[in-house]
Amino acid sequence: MRRGFYLSVLFGLFISNSFAQQGGELRFCLRSEPKTFDPILVADDSSETIRYLTGGVLIRVNRLTQKLEPELAVSWKVLAGGRRIDFELREHIYFSDGTRFSAEDVAFTMNKLLDPALHSPTGDSFRSAPGPVKTEVYGTSRVSITFPAPVGGLEKLFDQVAILSSHSPQAEMAVLGPFYVAQKKPGSYVLLRRNPRYWKRDEKGRSLPYLDSIRLEIQQNRTTEALRLTRGEIHLISNLDPELFDVLSAESTTLVRDAGPSLEGEQMWFNQVLNSPVPGYKKGWFRSKTFRRAISESINREDICRVVHRGHARPAVGPVSPANQFWFNRTLQPRDFNPQDALQRLEREGFRREAGMLRDREGNPVEFSLITNSGNKPRERMAVMIQQDLSQLGIRLNIVTLDFSSLIDRITQTFDYEACLLGLVNVDLDPNAQMNIWLSSASNHQWNPSQKTPETNWEAEIDRLMRAQASETDAIKRKSYFDRVQEIVWEEEPFLYLINKNALSATSPNLRNVTPVVLRPQVCWNVERLSILPEISEIRP
Amino acid sequence: MKPRRQFAVGILILVFLASLMANQLAPVSYSHQFRESANAPPSHEFPLGTDDLGRDRLSRLLYGSRISLLLAPVAALIATALAALVGGTAGYLGGWWERVGMGFSDLFMSLPWLFLLLTFRAMLPLNVSPLASVIITFTLLGLLGWAAAARVVCAGARALRNSEFVLQARTHGCGDFRLLIWHVLPPLKPVLYAQFWISIPVFILSEANLGVLGLGVAEPLPSWGNLLRDLENYRAALTSPWLLAPLFLLVLVVACFQTVLPEEDLP
Repeated sequence: MRRGFYLSVLFGLFISNSFAQQGGELRFCLRSEPKTFDPILVADDSSETIRYLTGGVLIRVNRLTQKLEPELAVSWKVLAGGRRIDFELREHIYFSDGTRFSAEDVAFTMNKLLDPALHSPTGDSFRSAPGPVKTEVYGTSRVSITFPAPVGGLEKLFDQVAILSSHSPQAEMAVLGPFYVAQKKPGSYVLLRRNPRYWKRDEKGRSLPYLDSIRLEIQQNRTTEALRLTRGEIHLISNLDPELFDVLSAESTTLVRDAGPSLEGEQMWFNQVLNSPVPGYKKGWFRSKTFRRAISESINREDICRVVHRGHARPAVGPVSPANQFWFNRTLQPRDFNPQDALQRLEREGFRREAGMLRDREGNPVEFSLITNSGNKPRERMAVMIQQDLSQLGIRLNIVTLDFSSLIDRITQTFDYEACLLGLVNVDLDPNAQMNIWLSSASNHQWNPSQKTPETNWEAEIDRLMRAQASETDAIKRKSYFDRVQEIVWEEEPFLYLINKNALSATSPNLRNVTPVVLRPQVCWNVERLSILPEISEIRP
Repeated sequence: MKPRRQFAVGILILVFLASLMANQLAPVSYSHQFRESANAPPSHEFPLGTDDLGRDRLSRLLYGSRISLLLAPVAALIATALAALVGGTAGYLGGWWERVGMGFSDLFMSLPWLFLLLTFRAMLPLNVSPLASVIITFTLLGLLGWAAAARVVCAGARALRNSEFVLQARTHGCGDFRLLIWHVLPPLKPVLYAQFWISIPVFILSEANLGVLGLGVAEPLPSWGNLLRDLENYRAALTSPWLLAPLFLLVLVVACFQTVLPEEDLP
């Protein structure tokens, strides 16, 4: 009897190993409808996931090692101080519809990407200065692209550029990636099928990808998504909430994975806009470095990580997460929780406690509102913890949850808010992607956007350093500039960085070759090598 | 009074008293976070356990009941008064007034409530205390929740418009305003009374719905709405049955309100 059992297990394992890499349909959920299938116009998470799964790129950032790897380009060379890049392309490659890939397609893609009429978010990263971008094609496998000014981290930007076919009648639906979009049902699902002309092969010479298809189901409700995973209806969940992580972990510890700190962080900032409708005395507090530092020191980040994120987060240091191996400034440490020190700091500025309430030099009670978006439970919980932490100093914090569009309107248009708590996701490892945040003239310079000239010396210094790193090609020099930016931000605290969330995911035991990483798309970054183990019940004789 | 109604009244009185005496009955402050005891199960120290921030659930339930049970009647009163004004006037005056009044109430009922509330909340000043925010929330609910009741009142007033006692009062020179206030609305009292009682659980549930969306009562104040948010986690509700306490209380109170109403007053 027992021998029979072992034999059936061995048979099952043999069968499962034999069939593990043959076909199957991977199913997982997108949290919103993809806005576009045109890789040039991608601006939302769902469209980006589809671009990653379908698009062929010249250079890919390996999500595990964070190093650049050749894909459609065999080699590349950055020249003219970062103004020009030359590619040597792979030959005998075909789009999913059978049209041949050549250097003309790269030139076509770059021209479309940088067409000002299309307003491509991906193309914006390449715009270092006004002026035309020149593409020169040499035969079928060599192409050279020249920009009007040096572009920092130029080659990394090509990770986001899915090459389009210049000849295919299917236009952007003809792809070079492992899958192509075969079917879509708005509000329900997107079906991707295996690209039979995909060029990659595994170590044994077998065609990749292993999967036959991927069904991406539109599912907003995360609890339902988790429930579906436990029922075996879907195979993976990326970017899992800590609460659901614990729920799934209680079902089976093999279901969930914590890949460590991700690029996602939570931060809070004060409105420092001079002409905002905030009372003058409050503007004075918010523009005071001492006040910002005192608030920062009064927030118990360790507690937030432990209580709200159930240990799946760590106190944040600055704008760069430790997940970003190269750009993270390792000399900086998270701000210590020290309410006594914070109170003394405020008292030196003329603040005083009276009957449990903190008052400023003029006797105004220290009370301000903190807006955040409604529906994000962990973020609301963080706000409540900050509320209690600040109450220890005698500061009254009013938490206001707003729908997202109202919140965006307040922080970008009317500036009718006092403090804001939001999350930040750095999808790009390179600091160039953060130019729109750090330049004082930028519209996303949240605490005081669109300044004509920098209002403070430290903002002027950040402007200078960010421009310097953007026009530098030597990675070490760029890092030294950006390290200094991180130090200034740590010192001045225009943003109070709170926590970095861990990259949590859940995968079905049937999914093989899974190595979740901290970079997006977390679980399916190596989609071409993922395979599905047939259910044991299915393969029993 | 039937024993069933007596029992329901008894339960309601008990719940109201418990919520009014929250200061005395609550073991600890509803907002204090015992962060080392987050998500604790029921114990001697925390009879209903603690929430995910370590706040005592029993204290929050008692204070939350006070907020929901005291402010829902206020919202119901506002809605019923508006329903009496619009429905009564439209039904009594008839003709063009009735068409406009009922058209207005139809329009109000067809408006997406949730988006209206979102818009109103977004327009409010930010620096309001949690207590002021809860009062504003319930006032908004009252201001938006009169339309259905107005239709019922209108039908009642229309029936009275040509009744003999109204005609007689009119022949004696009684003006429209006086007629409406002194002769039409008083006979509609049972209808208004019923609408008032029906509205209370509706507003409690509305606040609970807003709370689930994170738009209800501002933290750290508790309400049944934000207490029910703990049930979003499907597994926690199964493995930690004490989380169902606010749901149980809500169902109990709504059921009691329905039982308390005389059957002839139910629509």
